[in-house]
Amino acid sequence: MSIYVDKDTKVIVQGITGSTALFHTQQMLEYGTKIVGGVTPGKGGQTVEGVPVFDTVEEAVKATGATVSIIYVPAPYAADAIMEAVDAEMAMTICITEHIPVLDMIKVKRYMEGKETRLIGPNCPGVITADETKIGIMPGYIHTKGHVGVVSRSGTLTYEAVHQLTQEGIGQTTAVGIGGDPVNGTNFIDVLKEFNEDPETYAVVMIGEIGGTAEEEAAAWVKEHMTKPVVGFIGGQTAPPGKRMGHAGAIISGGKGTAAEKIKALEAADIQVAETPSVIGETLIKVLKEKGLYEKCKTK
Amino acid sequence: MNIHEYQGKQLLREYGVAVSKGRVAFSPKEAMTVAKEIGTEPIVVKAQIHAGGRGKAGGVKIVKTPDEVRAVAAELIGKQLVTHQTGPEGQEVKRLLVEEGIDIEKEFYIGLVVDRATDRVTLMGSAEGGVEIEDVAEKNPEKIFYEVIDPVVGLAPFQARRMAFNMEIPSGLINKAVSLFLGLYKVFSEKDASIVEINPLVVTKDQRVLALDAKFNFDDNATFRHKDIVELRDFDEEDPKEIEASKLDLSYISLDGNIGCMVNGAGLAMATMDTIHYYGGEPANFLDVGGGAKKEKVAGAFKIILSDPNVKGIFVNIFGGIMKCDVIAEGVIEAAKEVELQVPLVVRLEGTNVERGKALLEESGINIVAADSMAEGAKKIVELIG
Repeated sequence: MSIYVDKDTKVIVQGITGSTALFHTQQMLEYGTKIVGGVTPGKGGQTVEGVPVFDTVEEAVKATGATVSIIYVPAPYAADAIMEAVDAEMAMTICITEHIPVLDMIKVKRYMEGKETRLIGPNCPGVITADETKIGIMPGYIHTKGHVGVVSRSGTLTYEAVHQLTQEGIGQTTAVGIGGDPVNGTNFIDVLKEFNEDPETYAVVMIGEIGGTAEEEAAAWVKEHMTKPVVGFIGGQTAPPGKRMGHAGAIISGGKGTAAEKIKALEAADIQVAETPSVIGETLIKVLKEKGLYEKCKTK
Repeated sequence: MNIHEYQGKQLLREYGVAVSKGRVAFSPKEAMTVAKEIGTEPIVVKAQIHAGGRGKAGGVKIVKTPDEVRAVAAELIGKQLVTHQTGPEGQEVKRLLVEEGIDIEKEFYIGLVVDRATDRVTLMGSAEGGVEIEDVAEKNPEKIFYEVIDPVVGLAPFQARRMAFNMEIPSGLINKAVSLFLGLYKVFSEKDASIVEINPLVVTKDQRVLALDAKFNFDDNATFRHKDIVELRDFDEEDPKEIEASKLDLSYISLDGNIGCMVNGAGLAMATMDTIHYYGGEPANFLDVGGGAKKEKVAGAFKIILSDPNVKGIFVNIFGGIMKCDVIAEGVIEAAKEVELQVPLVVRLEGTNVERGKALLEESGINIVAADSMAEGAKKIVELIG
């Protein structure tokens, strides 16, 4: 078991003929992901990496039965690509694209109201269910199958955390990158709910960063509803206020969104917070041992 | 991206938002000419720098005659203005806004922001103007009013009216305020702003509603469709290293410490700064080289780090996903050779093509300290710089 995606999930790649998309299509196919089609307007009928290309998402879905799309379309056109996926009633669309204008994303969110599609991202590394399917840009080899869920606003910091877990012999169910933009599709709480209900997930690692209040809201939800242990980390403890730290959403403004506030909120919800990113794995193991879950989580 | 107050006011004028009469001046003589054009007393001379807190720092002068304007302009131009936002070295004043003095009856606050909680643009207003709105939000949150804007409809006139009434704009001036709020939203949405703040918005003794200040911030991700806004960029207001980095499409921010950092990914870059700090060091910068960096970009990033005279050592921390470790290694080697690296360099490589990257570094003959983890790397660089 896992959340959102598994080995049977059929995936189409929007913007498949671009160079980044092609490289990652190849990588995803190697991992075992069922990529059944791609979309590039005007290139319908071609085949790339052994995958048929269609002109529209609607056509691709009709022909392949795909339920998930992954978007590599350049930023000026990415919002449109998300809406096309929503219109085609995809169950999920994962937007890797970075630098989408925030007012475009506000329109996308409005367009999605009342519709069923789940959007992951934008500006995210994607979703991976270890040893089953990789729908994203993360290095596949660092992941091992197991019982810990990972949810994060950052890409490379997630790799860092997953790598530590794998090295310590702790496998993962699914790792979800929700992205570093201020307006995004799926938030921490959405993912935490799924992990809470997934029988194979025994504990969760949650990686946040400065900016906004998503971590505080997640902490409040964890306190009320979460039945599984959660370990956290917040990036940007030394970030100066008023400066955007790479991610569009990572900014302390008007004294709000500091790491200190977030850590306080997490700790108030009984979430153990790793002091440095290097001890995320260690911190989790300590908690697993306390809860008697360590043996169950240790990969054989 | 930020712009100057005078540029913001010009934009507001174009959108029918009432602002005080005046324009920019680059010299004392020009300031005097503008004062004569305005022709009324008093005249306000405002230093144009991007940082806030100019008034308290002595960057705003109220004088009577054009000759006095010339005198205060001469005093302000070339001055290093130090405000709570500039840092101790301050920011040199090169432009002035010369405008009519306004007889103020009451000050208000009005602003537009992207609200992350609702995923909408929100109009914020308060009868408490002319003070830091963050302070009002903290001490008297009930004194701030909000209108959440539907992106399809835009700011509806009824919302603008409700805001004006909530803010206790005098009843005879409600329509003037409403039209100002609608203009503000129009410029915000058409120019892809991320913040528009008018503090204070004023009601004048002669019953006008005016934007007395104009703070704009634009979405960097949307400047590709606003050439006119990009032209307003003032490079004098930016750190030269940050300008250099933006040319290479690198995400770089100058900090006060002495350990240069080169990392891939924003989250890991922040975490690296945190880790250096944890081991007692101070990072000199935030630098995300991004995912698909080529050798040249890596070398460029390395040179930018070294152009900071405070840098006493460098920590390269890479977890290759898209980024390949051998590409990083090639860039580091190229740059280190070119600049004849004099400071200690610690490199931690992990991920895609890590073995090839490590081998390249070893064969290069450059004095590089290898680290197997982020913690080890951070600890080593802190020790090496003493």
